[in-house]
Amino acid sequence: MTDQPNQLTRREKTAKIRHLLETEGETVHETVTPFNEGRYRRYAEMDDLEEYRAEARRIQKDAIDRLPELIEQVRDTVTENGGSVYLAEDAADARRHVTEIAESKGAERVVKAKSMTTEEIELNDALEAADLDVWETDLAEFVLQIAEEEPSHIASPAIHKSREEIAALFNAHFDLDEPLQTPEELTSFAREYLLDRITTADIGVSGANFIAADTGTLALITNEGNARKCLVTPDTHVAVAGVEKLIPTIADLPPFLNLIGPAGAGQDITAYVSLFRPPVDSPVADFSEPNEPAFDVGNSDRSFHLVLVDNGRMAMREDEALRETLYCIRCGACANSCANFQQVGGHAFGGETYSGGIATGWEAGVHGEESAAEFNDLCTGCSRCVDACPVNIDIPWINTVVRDRINHGADTSAFDHLVDGLTPDDEPTGIDRSKRLFGNFETLAKWGSRTAPLSNTIADVSVLRSALDRVAGVERERELPRFQRETFRAWFEARDAVEPSDTVREAVLYPDVYTNHVQVDRGKAAVRVLEALDVDVTVPDVPSSGRAPLSQGMIDTASSHARGVHAALAPDIGDGRDVVVIEPSDLAMFQGEYERLLPGDAHEPLAENSYELLEYVFGLLENGAETSALCGPDDRIAARGDIGTEIAYHSHCQQRTLGLEGHTVAVLERAGYDVVTSDVECCGMAGSFGYKSEYYDLSMAVGDVLREQFTEPETEDRTVVASGTSCLDQLDSLLERPSRHPIQVLDPGR
Amino acid sequence: MTTTPVDAFEQSLADLPVRIRRTATDDLDETLEACLDPPTIGVALPFDDISLADYPITLNPTGEELLAASTGVTAGGPAIAEYGSIVVTSRFDGTEHTSLYPDKHVIVLAASDIVPTLANAISELEEAIDDGLTSAVITTGPSATADMGAPVYGAHGPEEVDVIILTDR
Repeated sequence: MTDQPNQLTRREKTAKIRHLLETEGETVHETVTPFNEGRYRRYAEMDDLEEYRAEARRIQKDAIDRLPELIEQVRDTVTENGGSVYLAEDAADARRHVTEIAESKGAERVVKAKSMTTEEIELNDALEAADLDVWETDLAEFVLQIAEEEPSHIASPAIHKSREEIAALFNAHFDLDEPLQTPEELTSFAREYLLDRITTADIGVSGANFIAADTGTLALITNEGNARKCLVTPDTHVAVAGVEKLIPTIADLPPFLNLIGPAGAGQDITAYVSLFRPPVDSPVADFSEPNEPAFDVGNSDRSFHLVLVDNGRMAMREDEALRETLYCIRCGACANSCANFQQVGGHAFGGETYSGGIATGWEAGVHGEESAAEFNDLCTGCSRCVDACPVNIDIPWINTVVRDRINHGADTSAFDHLVDGLTPDDEPTGIDRSKRLFGNFETLAKWGSRTAPLSNTIADVSVLRSALDRVAGVERERELPRFQRETFRAWFEARDAVEPSDTVREAVLYPDVYTNHVQVDRGKAAVRVLEALDVDVTVPDVPSSGRAPLSQGMIDTASSHARGVHAALAPDIGDGRDVVVIEPSDLAMFQGEYERLLPGDAHEPLAENSYELLEYVFGLLENGAETSALCGPDDRIAARGDIGTEIAYHSHCQQRTLGLEGHTVAVLERAGYDVVTSDVECCGMAGSFGYKSEYYDLSMAVGDVLREQFTEPETEDRTVVASGTSCLDQLDSLLERPSRHPIQVLDPGR
Repeated sequence: MTTTPVDAFEQSLADLPVRIRRTATDDLDETLEACLDPPTIGVALPFDDISLADYPITLNPTGEELLAASTGVTAGGPAIAEYGSIVVTSRFDGTEHTSLYPDKHVIVLAASDIVPTLANAISELEEAIDDGLTSAVITTGPSATADMGAPVYGAHGPEEVDVIILTDR
């Protein structure tokens, strides 16, 4: 039973992820964590970070807008400089052209600086097939060349290899009498070994980080120094670069150079930024006559060939969703900030060349959607990469669009009645059943409340759980949501409300699907807190936000939810009511994706008038509301519910991207609590992700980092609070003690 | 107390293994010789009255001397105070090789060539490239890699970098 054509079965996916967790996960985590922490540290130090990001994005957007013009310009400038330019239509065309250059030179040996674009076009295979001796000189690429493995990271391709593995690899491959052990020994060995190859090479091949069209100047960003060594030692330089590497002028470089080191690994700036306007004047070094001068000083007889690679990029430029991918400067920050990537590395993400984060866009563009399909689900939409990206690319959206396209390209014969009855969407019938089930969670929740407690009993029957796992891939280890018979809205309608005497604000409390059907208590607590702060609260009937279908790549269904929410809330907003949102992932929809899901500027009123619940409380306190209205640790009732003075708070990934973690911490502290916060990108649950059987192991591996942080001596006795529904579900799985929404701590009626 | 450009430059390199020596031109002899681990190769410096031929430095090395050199001396500039970076430009003289092949790179820099920001240095480079410069590198500290399981200096380029700042130039 396959889910979709050309894809692994659920069981094969489970096995592959488990294997990578066991084999590469630990090394990946150890390597990527310092990159990720380094970026946070360096970004925080940079006063001009946001200016640089905005400027870098502006330059990239402008360059891609003007790309055909820049290609023509660089053709002229490089030709004037004395080089050649070739625009290769696809990978085969590029391979053929570079091979022809090598053959026309009578070359025997090629040395390469790191270039993911040459990986993309599989240049080495073509050169080797033409009997050339090809050497990767970037140390990570060299390791992969010896190991015959694929890159596992877009910027640091060998992050999955530990020192011990590299030592074992070198010792065996080179049959060394004195085994290498330390990183210094390994580096020194590789340096000397490759120096012999560089000094006898006929051609140096590089990529380019940027190409300034005004002068035909290449910028190469490295730490090792191998690029310059490869390019100035032999007399022939071939640069292979995607067309998107073109920028208009040298003057456009500073924001990128200021950003790429910090974004990639938290370096202030990389060790080397080389600018070449080739062919360069540097004399060719001649080692063939060791006792003759190495340089013919004052003379330079060099040739330069620029190979610009299209390979799908000009089509990406015409594709509204994939176009932004071309702004990517390949720093790897999106992969480093991805909680799933941190546990399994790029080899889990599929993709022929690029893996993790933005790689979905690259693979869909250059190799086709099938190449991006296999593990596209590993992007949970947590959005942490959005803050990390130095050019502000909306990477989760690219992943969502590609997922939607994969859904639409799915096999339409796989029809299933069980899921179909519960999934009133307009998505194609071939879409993965698990995706449809989770994407239609609102319908499921309504049925769950209507039939509770029967629905909850069903959830406990093992034979049914087993069937649910088999048919829809719902992991049976996970506890399913307990639907409440009385929904939040029903409670709100039925209660005897007391009108606040001095209303300061009027607000709609958005009854998200989880609060309404499952986490009803947090809704009640929210109403009590807001009313205690003199807010006039209403809880109207509003559809679910569309987050659930969107996360499954069901964009049409999500759009119809967005239209429903917009229609339901527009009158209230028009009347001056604020919209207060409990679930951060819904707020992120209102303030983010709705711009893409609603026509024109229709998203604006909701985006401008919606607030996260604790952000709203913070605003009320700032405007004079009494903190004493909130339940503090010293209140008479505070002992109720096992809530202590000391809190361990896990914010929500999308809430952090919106910059709203601090408001919750501030409110809790003002009320008298002592708060420590988690330091993880994501809890690992990420909506439905952790419920899916094939991703359960990975979800728990991600969650384990959070579990460790909340079970240390400093935190183990603290009351656990979290803002997101799925974070709370995950914390229930991870910890023995209960967790709750922060509003339940502050609830004067608790 | 105002920070001079030289101070700012030096502070930016605090976390990198770069040795910085300030000297007046008259005292260069002693300072430069202290930096040299023989055998040394070098490229003529663009400063009047300073000739590397006066030192134990091979100026036009053979292939063997290039590969055997422990120290390479070149000029540098402009330098960037905000990062502690130095631009090393290469013309028809083999500067790239001299700065890359030996284990130690000694860079001689005029204090007046220190500019505040990367953007300042790029505008100087932009002019120079317009005027025919074909190769420059903005170097910050020694060659480095983290690909062998831990950070290591001296990957394909120098493991050590010494900077001599000519305070009166």
